[in-house]
Amino acid sequence: MSTTAEPPAETEEERVSYFRSGTSLRSWLLTTDHKRIAILYLLSITFFFFVGGLAAALVRADLMTPAPDLMTNEGYNRAFSLHGIIMVWFFLIPSIPNTFGNFLIPLMIGARDVAFPRLNLLSWYIYMAGGLFALATLVLGGVDTGWTFYTPLSSMYANGSVVLVATAVFVTGFSSILTGLNFIVTIHKLRCPGMTWGRLPLFIWSHYATSIILVLATPVLAITLALIAAERLFGLGVFNPALGGDPLLFQHLFWFYSHPAVYIMVLPALGVISELVAASARKPVFGYEFVAGSSIAIAVIGFLVWGHHMFVSGQSVYASAIFSFLSLVVAVPSGIKVYNWTATLWKGHIALDPPFLFAMGFIGLFVVGGLTGLVLTMLAVDVHVHDTYFVVAHFHYIMVGGTVSAFFGALHFWWPKITGRLYPLAWGRVAALLIFIGFNLTFFPQFLLGYMGMPRRYHVYPPEFQVLNVLSSSGAGVLGAAYLLPFVYLLWSLRNGAPAGPNPWGATGLEWTVASPPPEHNFAEIPEVTRPPYDYEIERHDA
Amino acid sequence: MTESVSPYTDRRQRHAADMMGMYLFLGTEIMLFGGLFAAMALTRLQHPAEYVAHSRELHLWIGAWNTVILLTSSLFAALAVHAAREGAGRAAARWLGATAAFGLGFLALKATEYTLEFREGLLPVTGGDGALSEPVQRLFMHLYLVSTGLHAVHLTIGICVVTGLAWRLRRAESARAIPVEITGLYWHLIDVVWVFLYPVLYLAR
Repeated sequence: MSTTAEPPAETEEERVSYFRSGTSLRSWLLTTDHKRIAILYLLSITFFFFVGGLAAALVRADLMTPAPDLMTNEGYNRAFSLHGIIMVWFFLIPSIPNTFGNFLIPLMIGARDVAFPRLNLLSWYIYMAGGLFALATLVLGGVDTGWTFYTPLSSMYANGSVVLVATAVFVTGFSSILTGLNFIVTIHKLRCPGMTWGRLPLFIWSHYATSIILVLATPVLAITLALIAAERLFGLGVFNPALGGDPLLFQHLFWFYSHPAVYIMVLPALGVISELVAASARKPVFGYEFVAGSSIAIAVIGFLVWGHHMFVSGQSVYASAIFSFLSLVVAVPSGIKVYNWTATLWKGHIALDPPFLFAMGFIGLFVVGGLTGLVLTMLAVDVHVHDTYFVVAHFHYIMVGGTVSAFFGALHFWWPKITGRLYPLAWGRVAALLIFIGFNLTFFPQFLLGYMGMPRRYHVYPPEFQVLNVLSSSGAGVLGAAYLLPFVYLLWSLRNGAPAGPNPWGATGLEWTVASPPPEHNFAEIPEVTRPPYDYEIERHDA
Repeated sequence: MTESVSPYTDRRQRHAADMMGMYLFLGTEIMLFGGLFAAMALTRLQHPAEYVAHSRELHLWIGAWNTVILLTSSLFAALAVHAAREGAGRAAARWLGATAAFGLGFLALKATEYTLEFREGLLPVTGGDGALSEPVQRLFMHLYLVSTGLHAVHLTIGICVVTGLAWRLRRAESARAIPVEITGLYWHLIDVVWVFLYPVLYLAR
């Protein structure tokens, strides 16, 4: 990709694209075009990513020294709570589904839009309303409950705007529900002729599984948060033993949502990686049916493992044993995916393009995060590392190493489709590498810290932990810079990038058959699918 | 604003999508109330004797009459759907009107019941909780108030939607069956939730 002195002129495709179908603010804020709504989400979640990232920067800066020198105890508690709440509900959960899912699902299945376009727009407004509540919480001083809102801390002792932030998450939940509902109906009812279930891209399968969780789990979170608010406002008492309630009920209800929510965050990423791996290897995905089925298996089994967050809570040991077993079971479909990606890459024609590098980074980090999850599933080991940095490192490997890497991978893979412009590949490679290095530098030391006994959620620690904490904080600096880098060259490419053409990667899939950026109504004529998915021509002469 | 494009190729496809969307939405409603039912089940498991004793303090017969009223309203909703499928817009409007009227009757009776409980000092709100002496009694009445209150909110929304639909169809010679069917599904769900709330709260005596 050469950089020319003159920015390339607007292409014919761009003139008739969804981008130019209206230029006023009103045309964006009242749009029902799934592609424009995806852009609205992309802008909003990027904003919240920076807010959450800023809170993380404060946390890591404070942890540079064993002494509490940057923030008060209260301030530190509020910083990490805010980081968790913003990142989970305002970035990770909507990240891939609401941007790439919204943009790509209708294109991939040969539809002109999602099933309920106006509901789709409403969902964005609900998300923004929830976001305003979250920002109001921030302005009013935040909360110190952690993102988990455990009772009785959240219901009886916590200071700060617990009710307000619970409202924020409650409201945003309905945005998730509507999006999930929209996706399920779209995938069921709007597939074009010939697009059978066995021909769906794996991105669609994983979004289907995600949507099932969004629809079934989120309402439970809603009622749980409502009960917390009622407890604080009216003394409801359902989580307060002094009033006849049970604080463990909160943990059960919360994790009934929040463990499946982990899969809400990672399943779309798994779908992205399947697309990236197939396109990078230029081969059909090995064991397509198993990769598709494993998404559904993860969604179903994921509903049955919530008790593994509660091994030390005093729940029955028999319950713990069963939850431990089921948590091992849920690792099997994840393992299937990793093995099948590896088999797909075998003898592939691999180009070291940014999407491939992000996918490789994802697989490495996801494997580490997944295997340490198995360590945590062991009842005896969990007692040792429960509530330590080992757990923090484990879930950041999945949520950040996994999902955020996949998000950037998706951004680099579909950016030419979304914007119609190519970005400098070399810079994409640098960013992928820097993110991988920065991430490991940040979070690998936390495994060691946790195993040596450093508890999470404390900002004062024994001096012998300082070296690892400094390593982790410097890694966070690298990671932060690496996350900023794509913003520079991607924005630069909007004006200066070369026109992408419909299919710059030579990938299969209906989204690559339309112009880049796609026209307003996606397909002039509804396509008909006659070939299996990932129908790359396998070159046989090299065997 | 650009003209929104229909994602559907024909009417039947749209019909199927609308119905499926509504069924999924009802699934989310069941999960929402499911959290409350879990809380009630746990309370009863942990305090079986007290739960039964406090259930006796509710007005069994008001609840029973409300069950009758709501089930009857669901019959009217079903008849409205039937009329709409036959293409009889005005008949559908009349049945929908009856549905909404019975829904309002339910709310009126429920309000009377709340008033009685307030006077008896059983309602866990300011000024109405004089007779609540034990923690479990208060918890039971709280769960009662939250779950019946959430149900009443759903019913109120249902009444508004049904009334609006009846108004639109009041002079219609024919009717598109889909809006009536979808509204009917929602109404039945409100009914079904009550069918579970009534035994869990009132009949645990």
